[in-house]
Amino acid sequence: MQSQDWLFIGIFLMIAPIFPIIALLIPYLIAPKKPNPIKDQAYECGMETVGDTWVQFKVQYYIFALAFLIFDVETVFLFPWAVAYGQLPFYAVFEGVLFVVILAAGLVYLWRKDALKWV
Amino acid sequence: MSDPINLIANWLRNLLATWGFSPGLINIVLALLGVLVIAVFVLLLDVFLVWVERKVVARFQDRLGPNRLGPFGLIQPIADVIKLLIKEDITPRGADRIIYNLAPILAFATVITLWAVIPFSHSLIGSDLNVAVLYIVAVGALGTLGIIMAGWASNNKFALIGAFRTVSQVVSYEVPMVISLLIPVILAHSMSIQDIVYSQNIWNILLAPLAALIIFITAIAELGRAPFDLIEAESEIVAGFNIEYTGMKFGLFYAGELLHALTMGALFSSLFLGGWRGPFVDQIPILGVFYLLLKSFLIYWAIMWVKYSMPRIRIDHLLNFGWKFLTPLALVMVLVTAILDKAMENMSTLVYTSGMLAANIIIIWLTVILLRSYAKTERKRVAEPKPVARPDLAARRS
Repeated sequence: MQSQDWLFIGIFLMIAPIFPIIALLIPYLIAPKKPNPIKDQAYECGMETVGDTWVQFKVQYYIFALAFLIFDVETVFLFPWAVAYGQLPFYAVFEGVLFVVILAAGLVYLWRKDALKWV
Repeated sequence: MSDPINLIANWLRNLLATWGFSPGLINIVLALLGVLVIAVFVLLLDVFLVWVERKVVARFQDRLGPNRLGPFGLIQPIADVIKLLIKEDITPRGADRIIYNLAPILAFATVITLWAVIPFSHSLIGSDLNVAVLYIVAVGALGTLGIIMAGWASNNKFALIGAFRTVSQVVSYEVPMVISLLIPVILAHSMSIQDIVYSQNIWNILLAPLAALIIFITAIAELGRAPFDLIEAESEIVAGFNIEYTGMKFGLFYAGELLHALTMGALFSSLFLGGWRGPFVDQIPILGVFYLLLKSFLIYWAIMWVKYSMPRIRIDHLLNFGWKFLTPLALVMVLVTAILDKAMENMSTLVYTSGMLAANIIIIWLTVILLRSYAKTERKRVAEPKPVARPDLAARRS
């Protein structure tokens, strides 16, 4: 039964892009195509665009992404604990609580370091 | 058997077997048919959603909305689709063509894929994965990747800013969402959405109203809808990530967003509102589809209600709200739910439910007190005079 479930997901992942591809193929065939340089300019504020678009981005976003990575990975470890919850003895629950407290301590550390401040 | 879909599936299985297909092949053919049925059903819903969205917006803004084509303007979305299909498709100069065209496909395909694990009734489910909650989180995040690709490939600075904002926003709200998803998992002892629905003899929203609220808020943030629509803030960055998209490519982003909102509604109702369960559903399983859609549209309507009544939130407030309020609150809720669930394991349902509800109400009360004191200090901080470049001018003005 388990392999049947994943077979379904696999087929779904293959079929799902076909619908938007068809939706893009129809205008490709029937829509008018008359490009010219003025039409193809970037739509920005009332000036012609200056300089390269693909710049290096602000480090602030990078710090949020790092914090996210830590929290998400740690939370993934909590999911098996939550699934097995019915069979857990009390000390295992306590260990889970300890883990969450460590997670919270990480959050407090980030907070105190001003890593969560938008600049 | 009063379950037409399973009846047809069994009939097809027997028919294919008599034609001499091997069991493995039969499984593949049936899975393929199931995928097509779910995907087409979802796409039809999506066309209907365009009408719902336009009509409800109009009502919120005291307008009539589409009412010319067909009864109540029901044919309007078809006219919209035809218009999008025959519109000229413009690709901006210097765009990264492959990623530019791939982005709307990815954004739309991932939303359809989410429906694979949502149960419609006790036998009607695409795939009863035992890790469905993680699957939802993973595939939902892929849709965000489509937005980032669109913003990056458009060769437009506004689109790029929109994409950057998406990163910080989704990354910040994913954390409280994943932590809050632990709570229904703890209550049901399973990650399969079907098991979570089965476990809700009492709806989870009574056992964990705060977790439901956190998931509702983070779902709106994941969708990028107002008040969290910084990624497409019209007044600042024109249209954000989809600024350079025209015709059907824009249409895919738009339809994908609407469908994602309904998907979040379906997910929320499966996790907290009992999913397909309702009166008489045991006798007539097909009623489950009706109940699920009813609950999903209710949540969808609530999301729209929030969208059209709230002003846009500023980005530093947005990130503070995610990291300094929702995340700690979600962590506290996990701890409280875990300990209470273990402590009241052997008690009666009434005691269990009222205990959980009371704990939630106490935490809501404490949170409101904390928020009040925070607001007081914040008001004081903001009102303080800021250092200025020309103190003499500032002194003269005041």
